[in-house]
Amino acid sequence: MNDIVLPVLWAVLGGAIRVGTPFLFVSLGECLTEQSGRINLGLEGVLVLSSMAAFGGAYLSGSPWIGVMAAMLAGALLAGVHGVLCGLRRVNDIAMGIAVMMLGTGLAFYLGKPLIQPQAPTLAPIMLGSTSSSAQLQAALSINPLFPLGVLIALALAWLLANTRWGLIVRMVGDSADAARAQGLSVNRVRTLATMAGGAIAGLGGASLSLFYPGSWNELLSSGQGLIAIALVIFARWRPLACLWASLLFGGAGALGPALQSVGINGAYYLFNAVPYALTLLILVLACTPYRRLQGAPSELSVQR
Amino acid sequence: MEHKQWNRRQWIQGTGAAGASLLAGAWPLGAQAQSPITIGVIYVGPRDDYGYNQAHAEATAELKKVPGIKVVEEENVPETQAVQKTMQGMISQDGATLLFPTSFGYFDPHMIAIAGKNPNVRFSHCGGLWTAAKHPANTGSYFGYIDEGQYLNGVIAGHMSKSKKIGFIAAKPIPQVLQNINAFTLGARSVDPKITTTVIFTGDWSMPVKEAEATNSLADQGVDVFTMHVDGPKVVVETAAKRGKFVCGYHANQSKLAPAAYLTGAEWNWTSAMNAIIDAARTGKPHPNFIRGGLKAGFIKTSPYGSMVPEAARKNADAVKAKMIAGQFDIFTGELKDNTGKIVIPKGQAFKQTAIELESMNYLVEGVIGKI
Amino acid sequence: MSPRLLATIEAAALPILAVAAALLAFGVFAAWGGYPPLEVWRLLFVGAFGDAFSWQNSLQRAAPLMLTALCVAIPAQAGLMVIGGEGALVVGALATAALPYLMTVPPSLSGTLLILLASVLAGAAFGALIGAMRQWRGVNETISGLLLAYLVINLFKHVVEGPMRDPASLNKPSTRPLDDSLMIGTIPGMDVHWGLVWGVVACVAASIWLAFTTHGFSTRVVGGNPRAAGLVGLPAHRLVITACAIGGAAAGLSGGFEVAAVHTAANASVISGLGYAGILVSFVARHQPLAIIPVAIVLGGFGAAGSLLQRRLGMPDASVQVLLGFAFVLILAAEVGRGRLRLPGRARGAKAP
Repeated sequence: MNDIVLPVLWAVLGGAIRVGTPFLFVSLGECLTEQSGRINLGLEGVLVLSSMAAFGGAYLSGSPWIGVMAAMLAGALLAGVHGVLCGLRRVNDIAMGIAVMMLGTGLAFYLGKPLIQPQAPTLAPIMLGSTSSSAQLQAALSINPLFPLGVLIALALAWLLANTRWGLIVRMVGDSADAARAQGLSVNRVRTLATMAGGAIAGLGGASLSLFYPGSWNELLSSGQGLIAIALVIFARWRPLACLWASLLFGGAGALGPALQSVGINGAYYLFNAVPYALTLLILVLACTPYRRLQGAPSELSVQR
Repeated sequence: MEHKQWNRRQWIQGTGAAGASLLAGAWPLGAQAQSPITIGVIYVGPRDDYGYNQAHAEATAELKKVPGIKVVEEENVPETQAVQKTMQGMISQDGATLLFPTSFGYFDPHMIAIAGKNPNVRFSHCGGLWTAAKHPANTGSYFGYIDEGQYLNGVIAGHMSKSKKIGFIAAKPIPQVLQNINAFTLGARSVDPKITTTVIFTGDWSMPVKEAEATNSLADQGVDVFTMHVDGPKVVVETAAKRGKFVCGYHANQSKLAPAAYLTGAEWNWTSAMNAIIDAARTGKPHPNFIRGGLKAGFIKTSPYGSMVPEAARKNADAVKAKMIAGQFDIFTGELKDNTGKIVIPKGQAFKQTAIELESMNYLVEGVIGKI
Repeated sequence: MSPRLLATIEAAALPILAVAAALLAFGVFAAWGGYPPLEVWRLLFVGAFGDAFSWQNSLQRAAPLMLTALCVAIPAQAGLMVIGGEGALVVGALATAALPYLMTVPPSLSGTLLILLASVLAGAAFGALIGAMRQWRGVNETISGLLLAYLVINLFKHVVEGPMRDPASLNKPSTRPLDDSLMIGTIPGMDVHWGLVWGVVACVAASIWLAFTTHGFSTRVVGGNPRAAGLVGLPAHRLVITACAIGGAAAGLSGGFEVAAVHTAANASVISGLGYAGILVSFVARHQPLAIIPVAIVLGGFGAAGSLLQRRLGMPDASVQVLLGFAFVLILAAEVGRGRLRLPGRARGAKAP
């Protein structure tokens, strides 16, 4: 029994971090954006564009960390387009999100054409398990260097939103635009800045994809991971720390299928892919009631009204 | 470039002896006028994917240099009505008279539908199972016995594996994939019958994160030599190399991506097949409807061995390769059991490469860990 | 000029101006990449609407978009934002392919109608589920639609490549192909299948329903002002769920056509993003069923032209996606200009409502 359970556990643990890291960044980015009362469905475009930018930046400069910067910049800029335009009257944020998704993926595919073939310098893993004698443990603990950064951002975001003036402003704008205006705040400016910051954080997820895992650029790199973030944020009830656990859970679910197949338990690989969606949906059905909004949801959020 | 220059006589001898059948019948020999031609090539993914599409794009790049041949290309064309319109557009707007829709999914119903509407245009599909009774005469299919390359991959893998566990990352359990998994396994077990192949199906032709995760999962289980059958092998090759494991390539030559990990690989070489089809079209000869060939015909080739491959392994693989080229080697011979213990090829029976039964393979051989 | 006419002109002028601006921006973008902008524009036109072939190409691409756009537009009339059209399309496709597994379908026109009906019902059930979860459990329809779409896409792949797989579909795992007698052909004289006619009819019917029937009017009231709808005693739950079901039925039907007019069987190729493209069509058409028809044709035209850009100029296949990205961002942003169009010398001082 143990020769199956333990290896699968290690593989899933390592896989949860490997697969879950991009989820962590996009969900934190989306969490921040939604806390300010706006949804950004364009995060899929942000993720794709930033992973292309990261790869291109690293390829041209020879330094993966310059690639990481390029990813944050590209993410912030594209999210900025969403942020600014959604501030205009009558502009629907859901539709604009989908348009931004198309623009971002289009630009990334177009500009990324010459980047499909080359190799770029990638981020070196942090070897936490180098003292361990088990090769599996070593592999599971060679950590994406962006993952600790993601954990830090989750902690910082949780603290900032709960305890600082800045966090209060974001939450106030997200909960009642009128109250915020009464305080003399510019609702649009706060939301645009929150959306851009969210885009920059999500951009780190793109960098993680193209510079660490799997560590190359191609057009199917994301395949909807940016959209899953929307579900993740709900799953995490708009709490940054819960985004961390939710990302690891979704990542682990993604790693479970291959891990089981690697020990000879086969079949139904599509069903494994469906598990995270089914789980989120189930939680929504159980947690929602028609009489009040979902607990933790910013009340200005268009998808919660 | 010498090997890429096509020589018709050589080709006919090659495919003829290998038993590849040209249902269109014999061609009259002798020089005929070559009229100019526009050909269309359609890819399902990007042309520089280090994989399936790149293999075709490389051959197409050679064609472009030939005087009198004009090439129009389109990449990332989905297997929907979009490809039907692309084919029709190449015919109506660009005047193409010969099309190469290269993805398997283009064959039925898309290419068949457009071929019916354009009886004067020739269609040559990669991988399809063309049959005279079912499909129009202006269509046809070509394919290569790439499992020969995967068998040789297996032989090298068998020599290189220390853990006696080798891995195969595959997209879907379809006959072309199963044939490769089985050939790879049989090649490895010809070196050491204790070797097992673990297979992981990702479910789609290109899923970078799943492919990387599959590679990692197998590496965690002690697999130390990898190969794959997905559209773009880049991710598997790079991930295996990062884990310090060896890898055998597929579709195209990926040695540049991981020189220290790349043992050898099974590559397509479509130049000769495409040239044969183009030549028939330009000289007005019947459309070659069914073309198959392996190492001998030059439809497939193997990547040069990596420097870490020891002499003994090279000798063994080269000997098998020589036998394959001489037509004296059958990969699938009885008695062969599948991995549930059932006998799938009885004792005494051997399938030649040309056996059409192989193109509908639906089992994994003994030694493969996995289920269809 | 009546204010109503003015509003109509404005409604048409804004997106047209936005598309013109997008074309301009795309020309600059192309020139920056070294492609001649004049030739790019010319090919865009030629490829989309330059000759009979191009027209048919564009119309063929537009046909499924009309139906998937309705999946967004009709629930939007009832105040819901359903973006799960891809899921409704997929279940529709599956239902069409699955019906012959469950019963003997007569090899005739009635058989074809029967398998299309299956796709309509499956799509309707999918839409109704989204509506019901929203009305009875308070689950947001945008999110549940997205999740359900992912869920059914994976289930679809599992079923067509597993339990329902035709063993004869060797290297392209599919369900058993439909009998030839059930397949849908092309419109006489055209190389476009009948889905186009059904798409146009569905859009026209939907707009008649909304404008001239009590049920359609009630749906719009529920969508426009739920509180008022409650005060006059409209059955909001029923109306909303019905609207979602009708939308789902339209997208389901497009899935039925994908199988019965294009693919002959259900397989992974059916999933090609038509449902997502429909979302944008609906938004550009401001969820007005009649406006969906021209918008879908223009979008289909862009797709058709992209093919030519690749073949003639060697531009990347993503060129059209960039152009569409520009166009949609600008069209949606142009909404801000609504109500700004005024007749010269008149109403300058009047404030927009």
